[in-house]
Amino acid sequence: MSSAPATAGGGTDHGRRVIVAWIVLSVITTPLVVIFLGPILPPGHASQQASEQVLDNTVITAIVTPVICLLAVFFGYALMKFRKAKGGAIVDGPPLRNHNTVQMSWIVLTSVTVLFLAAFGTYELLQNGSGGGQGPNPIAVPSGPKLQVQVIAQQWEFTYRYPSYGGLETSQLVLPADTDVEIHVTSLDAIHSFWAYQLGVKADANPGNDNIAFVHTKGPNTFSVRCAELCGLWHGYMFSTGRVMPATQFAAWVKQQQHTFAAVHKYMPNYATTYYPDPQRRAG
Amino acid sequence: MSTIAVEVRPPLWRRLIGFNLLTAILLGIGGWYVGWFAAHGVVGPSIAYFAAIDYNELSIFMAYVCGVLGFLIGLGFANYPFARLRGYPPSLREKETGGMGRYLGLCTDHKVVGIQYLIGIGVFFFVGGLNAMLIRVELLRPDHQVWPAGTYLTIVGIHGTMMMGMMTSGILGPFGNYLIPILIGARRMAFPRIEALTFWLLMAGGVILESTIFFGGFPTGWTGYAPLNIQANAGMDCYILFFALVGISMTLLGLNMIVTIVTMRAPGLTWTRLPIFVWGVLSTSALMVLAAPVLIATLLMAMLDRTAQTSFFIAAGGGSAYLYQNLFWVFGHPEVYVLALPGFAIVLELLPVFARKPLWGYRLAVAGLLGVSLLSFFVWQHHLFVSGINADLRPFYMFSTEMISIPTGFTFLCGMMTLWRGQIRYTVPMLFCLAWFFNFLIGGLSGVFLSDTPSDTTTHGSFFSMAHFHYTIMGGLVFTFFAGIYYWVPKMTGFQINERLGKIHFWSMFLLFNLTFFPLFIAGFLGQPRRVVTYAHNLQFLNDWVSICAFLLGGSMLIFLYNFVKSLVFDRIPAPADPWGSKSIEWQLPSPIPVHNFDRIPVFSSDPYGYGEPSGPVAVPAGAPAGSE
Repeated sequence: MSSAPATAGGGTDHGRRVIVAWIVLSVITTPLVVIFLGPILPPGHASQQASEQVLDNTVITAIVTPVICLLAVFFGYALMKFRKAKGGAIVDGPPLRNHNTVQMSWIVLTSVTVLFLAAFGTYELLQNGSGGGQGPNPIAVPSGPKLQVQVIAQQWEFTYRYPSYGGLETSQLVLPADTDVEIHVTSLDAIHSFWAYQLGVKADANPGNDNIAFVHTKGPNTFSVRCAELCGLWHGYMFSTGRVMPATQFAAWVKQQQHTFAAVHKYMPNYATTYYPDPQRRAG
Repeated sequence: MSTIAVEVRPPLWRRLIGFNLLTAILLGIGGWYVGWFAAHGVVGPSIAYFAAIDYNELSIFMAYVCGVLGFLIGLGFANYPFARLRGYPPSLREKETGGMGRYLGLCTDHKVVGIQYLIGIGVFFFVGGLNAMLIRVELLRPDHQVWPAGTYLTIVGIHGTMMMGMMTSGILGPFGNYLIPILIGARRMAFPRIEALTFWLLMAGGVILESTIFFGGFPTGWTGYAPLNIQANAGMDCYILFFALVGISMTLLGLNMIVTIVTMRAPGLTWTRLPIFVWGVLSTSALMVLAAPVLIATLLMAMLDRTAQTSFFIAAGGGSAYLYQNLFWVFGHPEVYVLALPGFAIVLELLPVFARKPLWGYRLAVAGLLGVSLLSFFVWQHHLFVSGINADLRPFYMFSTEMISIPTGFTFLCGMMTLWRGQIRYTVPMLFCLAWFFNFLIGGLSGVFLSDTPSDTTTHGSFFSMAHFHYTIMGGLVFTFFAGIYYWVPKMTGFQINERLGKIHFWSMFLLFNLTFFPLFIAGFLGQPRRVVTYAHNLQFLNDWVSICAFLLGGSMLIFLYNFVKSLVFDRIPAPADPWGSKSIEWQLPSPIPVHNFDRIPVFSSDPYGYGEPSGPVAVPAGAPAGSE
């Protein structure tokens, strides 16, 4: 394998043209993408974690844009410029087999990009867990007091327990505004996934496991909750709506719920991080 | 066999008796019932059997295992070992001469197996595609049920399992088997009988998976997560058996390829002269051999959980659902590269031919293929980012996953620089290869969102990830699969494929593929989870758009089918020996290639990419191969 030291360009400097066009295009499109696409990227700004995911998505989009530009410019140029003339015999192109500078710059560029992405992602992740389930021993824990809420998934609904309010159990998730919430997700049967889309929270519900995610709610809002892991027959119908309400309203709601379900709560099992259903329960 | 006597064709009824597909099907059905009743005999005396008479997974497993054994015996796979046991001398060949009958049974000619694979996998690919159409019918309306929820999940499951299972051999099966011995200058694969076995196991598996509809289907999708797979009804057994058979087939196929490539290369074919397609097959085979056994073991454990009341995956019995997830993805992530890597290889193999330039950066391309294979074993927990397992390792898996883009970038660079200053001809196979760059770029870049743990919180398990892997697998594998068909089928059959219809097929498929799958990224960003039978009303326009484009995409596949049948069955215009002007060895042989490939083993003095260089095409030694005897 001889490495012919021909420049990437040859006669006319195709290489320089492509690189200049790429840089110009990237410089124009990247800010446009960040300005126009950035604000509409999911999952919105209903919680601190959600906002950080939006930032993360924006950064990734900004990095991805020049890559798309490079390939667009390259292929646009190469496919027009280097096509075989219509008719005529088949002609061979120049036997370029290698070019060390091109190789090395490509490797360095991709490696730097990857390192940056990984470092940025890790930094964002370790800030406050960015809403993902972290298992029973979370590593990214926001400081300060937190409201504990347990999400119990079963086929095919979510129920919610509030251990700090005497194990109150409800079928709708209600959270106080501007509060750090510690969400404990567990399951009674198959694997489910608790996905509060607008809050930017997703945590799998595994039987016999306590999966913890953190979220810092912002102002009053509603959010949708869906199951994001195939859990059997009615998986598609496993959704509900949750609410974030001001702290005083939340306290009133808790009082009212406690009153309504007082008769039922007497018979409920004590609060625990995991619940084991009957092991022989098969064929849901 | 080689007598010169005039062949007297026996009557049809006589030809049907013997070891062939008909016998195989009959013995398969017979074996099924033998297993069914035998297993009832085993479970019958137990108390549990009378307590729950409808719960007898063992019978279904035994029925299918015995059915598959009967099928293989009927095809004649037991003949050779029995003959050796009874002291007959070894014979390497089976049904290598003859007419169409060769294609309907055990044949040890690698070219026949390649064509069997092409047709067999093609049929199941279309079945899987049909299931995709049914999924899209359901999703036309957000809350109107066309299919009952259970049927819908079964359709989703069959579509996913068929595509992810069958298509693992989508390129290695047809093109690997057909071309590897030729490209390395050999006359056969290292283990011709095992080669045939891999194909027939896959076919048995495909039928078993489809038969799940008689047992109530399965609700788990292609991942088959525990403990859902343990509470599922009997249709789940079909999934388990199908995927286990695919696993066995993959392992054997991979082993066969590795041994063939390592030991049977012709003189002069050093590692740096190997066509890049062979490198692609080699790295894919390594993945198959290392990953597929994990799948077989995992499914065996799931099978024991279902039949023998073990609790590997049941938390309450001391097991863990995470165990299944981990084991599945230890197999599953290398598996998606089993699907993607042959596509890389086909693109890099075809670009030099149609750009009339040597493959640029050969060593870098090889490093790319091997690097992806190696890294793919260290990324599987990105499928479990939000599952709550091992939260401390998420940064590592994020990094390792993003690292895969470096060797993948090698493939891009080598492909792009091969085009650079070339003399590009836009033939149909070339168009499919160029589309690969577009599709895989979008597939790869959307993967960055999924690999990034914070961003993955939203996109995980949503339509975004679904769109992502359709871009990489359909856009990566299926497009190159078609590139391979348009490029090599003229060599395999000796007939041309209509170019105009091919171009219509390409453009309709390319446009409709993107119109179908790109909006799914948006649906995922807007919060539509995978595998749901119902979705939010505000997503109806997107879903309707996707459904309609998907139906049209299905239609573009019919254009291909029409073209394929028309060109190869009706028009039958003989193809020239080297229609593309390639310097690779398969094109220096007559089409179709004679049974023994080469009269004399060729000697290689360069790689097959010497375009614009003084070296000629790979020389087939003096006398040239004899045509048909």
